[in-house]
Amino acid sequence: MVNKSISEINNRIKDGSVNVVTAEEMVGIVAELGAQGAAREVDVVTTGTFGAMCSSGVFLNFGHAEPPIKMQKVWLNDVEAYTGVAAVDAYIGATQVSETLGMEYGGAHVIEDLIRGNTIDVHAISPGTDCYPRKILDTTLDINDLNQAIMLNPRNAYQKYNAATNSTSQKLYTYMGSLMPNYGNVTYSGAGVLSPLSNDPEYRTIGTGTRIFLGGTQGYIVGQGTQHSSKSGFGTLMLQGDLKEMDAEFVRASTFTGYGVSLYVGMGIPIPILDEKVALATAVSDADIITQVMDYGIPTRDRPVVRGVTYEELRSGSIEIKGREVTTSSLSSFKRSRQIAGILKDWISHGEFFLSQPAERLPSDTVSKPMKQTRGTAMVRDIMAKDVMTIHKNASVFDAAKMIMDVSFNHLPVVTENNILVGIITAWDISKAVAQNTFDLVENIMTRKVITATDTEQVTIAARRLEQHGVSAMPVVDEQHHVIGIITSDDISMLFARRN
Amino acid sequence: MKIRIIINRDIVTKPILAEAIIETGIPLNIAQAHFDSTTGEIIADIEDTEYRMIKNALVSRGAEVLRLDTPINWDEEECVECGGCISVCPTKVFSMDEEWNLKVDTTKCIQCGTCIEMCPHDALSLDV
Repeated sequence: MVNKSISEINNRIKDGSVNVVTAEEMVGIVAELGAQGAAREVDVVTTGTFGAMCSSGVFLNFGHAEPPIKMQKVWLNDVEAYTGVAAVDAYIGATQVSETLGMEYGGAHVIEDLIRGNTIDVHAISPGTDCYPRKILDTTLDINDLNQAIMLNPRNAYQKYNAATNSTSQKLYTYMGSLMPNYGNVTYSGAGVLSPLSNDPEYRTIGTGTRIFLGGTQGYIVGQGTQHSSKSGFGTLMLQGDLKEMDAEFVRASTFTGYGVSLYVGMGIPIPILDEKVALATAVSDADIITQVMDYGIPTRDRPVVRGVTYEELRSGSIEIKGREVTTSSLSSFKRSRQIAGILKDWISHGEFFLSQPAERLPSDTVSKPMKQTRGTAMVRDIMAKDVMTIHKNASVFDAAKMIMDVSFNHLPVVTENNILVGIITAWDISKAVAQNTFDLVENIMTRKVITATDTEQVTIAARRLEQHGVSAMPVVDEQHHVIGIITSDDISMLFARRN
Repeated sequence: MKIRIIINRDIVTKPILAEAIIETGIPLNIAQAHFDSTTGEIIADIEDTEYRMIKNALVSRGAEVLRLDTPINWDEEECVECGGCISVCPTKVFSMDEEWNLKVDTTKCIQCGTCIEMCPHDALSLDV
């Protein structure tokens, strides 16, 4: 039985006899010496990860202006920061986007600019009060002009994360990057073997007050992160650290095309090897960490699982999906993760970093609940027109024109004998045919590639499809492609107008 | 070498590519083709020595031919070596070595630009 305390390990750090290895090196050590032998030999295992962590931000204190202002709203380089925390404090969130540049520049870029020592334009407004009379403030400052710049990230360092793919025939732009059509690629996040929480999945050594590597300097774990879902193996951490001490090498702004801004955060946790149980947990390898490949083509909270997968498979460069080899891409940098675990190892070996005893362990039985939604969510079947008029593909353009006039519907789904959708024809198509003097069959002037909806979809999803394809109506079809209704942008506008 | 063939809409219905291939006997290897209502664009691979002949054959039929000799630019300062680009590139320009360094083989680049919008760090670009 090995039984070490944190203060014993700290004494070894002080006298230089401490033995520190990275979580990658520990895999082989435990394989060779066994858990007990490894626990005797090794005092600390270092971990590291460097990837996109959207739920990040910084508390800033600007000092008081003369005359003073109670900032009601504040923008930093045109990116709004949250000010509902007293007069001259604000929280700049990583994913907030610029009012002028949109997704090209956001909170994450402000944070990186601050670290790099670049100047930031500050604009604030206020209604003015007796104690804070100023109504408008404009100034330019850099990180040294701030009293505090404290990074406080509500949800970082996911224990592991789902991998992403796309079953649809269209390219998707997501926070998991570009997902190519027809399972064209797979993207994933996380550092696998080096992942901090995967190396102590029972949180035996990690908790509130644990001193860590954060953004190139020492930071601390505040406690469980938001959406901490330890029961399902998706634990998260809330972290804090002094932005003034950080290095832009380990805190980097990013933009995911079509999704928005995020912050790449570098963090690492040292795990004190208190006994063989802890040693065994740190021997976790890429092959032991299992996650799931999710289909991001289905726009729902509970995305379908395409297959289970280990980090070893993901990191091999390709995995098999539906009988085909599909290339994988990491969105986290394994090289930087390794670098972080290495720096933490150096700091501890050289007596520059001491371990802390957590004041409280992380909860191990939490579940992340879905949102409680109290307003009914409208489905396509609730607002679609069911008495839709269709026209046969062999009908004449004249018949189509007449039908549009009779029913005052702008769109006619075109069908076969069995009511199977094969196209759509609009008043515009008919005008065009008339202008070109082609009084032909409907089949020859209809649009063949029809954008459709299903009756069990939420209206929000259908509305987004209408918008993306720039159409104003979609036939509603069942699984056999029979036309069972039609939904128009007017139906949707009326629904939302009613709500407001 | 890679070439870009631009075919405007007046001649898009004519089989000029096939005619140029038959005339010159040069086997164009088409890497990408894109057509819409305004223009057609083809990226193809040929031997360096064949460039002049195929260019003449295509230009005489109304196409525009450009050499693609400025492949993707990689800004190593901005790059964090995540490897996001690897799975979207159609020609395997990007790969990881054993130490997880990103390797960029620009000779394979067909300048499609898919990696540019994938890169979260704005580290990839094309000269326009």
